[in-house]
Amino acid sequence: MTVKELQKKLNLQYICNEGLAEEKEVTGCYCGDLLSWVMSKATDGDAWLTVMGNVTSIGVAVLTEVACIILTENAPADADAIKRAEENDVVILGTEKNAYQVAVEISKLI
Amino acid sequence: MELLSLHYDVSGTDFTCAGEASSKIKRNLKELGFPTSVIRNVAIAVYEGEINLVIHGGGGVIDVEISPECISIVLADQGPGIPDVALAMQEGYSTAPDNVRQLGFGAGMGLPNIKKYTDEMIIESEVGKGTTIKLKVFVK
Repeated sequence: MTVKELQKKLNLQYICNEGLAEEKEVTGCYCGDLLSWVMSKATDGDAWLTVMGNVTSIGVAVLTEVACIILTENAPADADAIKRAEENDVVILGTEKNAYQVAVEISKLI
Repeated sequence: MELLSLHYDVSGTDFTCAGEASSKIKRNLKELGFPTSVIRNVAIAVYEGEINLVIHGGGGVIDVEISPECISIVLADQGPGIPDVALAMQEGYSTAPDNVRQLGFGAGMGLPNIKKYTDEMIIESEVGKGTTIKLKVFVK
């Protein structure tokens, strides 16, 4: 399923790069906030659920080639992060739900 | 035959630039057609190294030599050095300040991750003078 389809089904809010959501394929899901841990465990195509909306998260998303970042529990993305995400084609979405709730919903869809 | 040499300067204060060198190296390796696993290993090791240069080293330099058989990486800083390398290599041991932890780093995973994703890792460190980390990832 594409990030765009996931966004619609889970009613996620676009924070950055909505235009790329149709071409990004979601094949899995990973939850984590410790970036070194995420960097070594997340795989390409994952929807990455985190509360870390800073510029270093974007670096991790680029390296791991996750399909998108979903900021849970209304965690904000800071301005540097959005700028870096735009430069590197990283789609960021947001939701008020927590990582568990989102992961459960994703597991029913993929 | 050496294919390509790359050099990067890493700022000691600017987290917004951390990750640029690893992203560029990753792009280069992709263009050269290296296997995905090799690219991932190199990118993770260099990114962890970059973050360490920013957090602990006060900035530094990264030199990469890319050949068909091996990617060699040298990360060097003139920071405070590591008093106990064996302790620093333990998962979970960290001297990172709170502001770094708030960014999602400083969990004591940096050096262990670098070791995990490379085939050779040599740390040369002298307190008060700096640290040099030499890495090799072989193309299998």
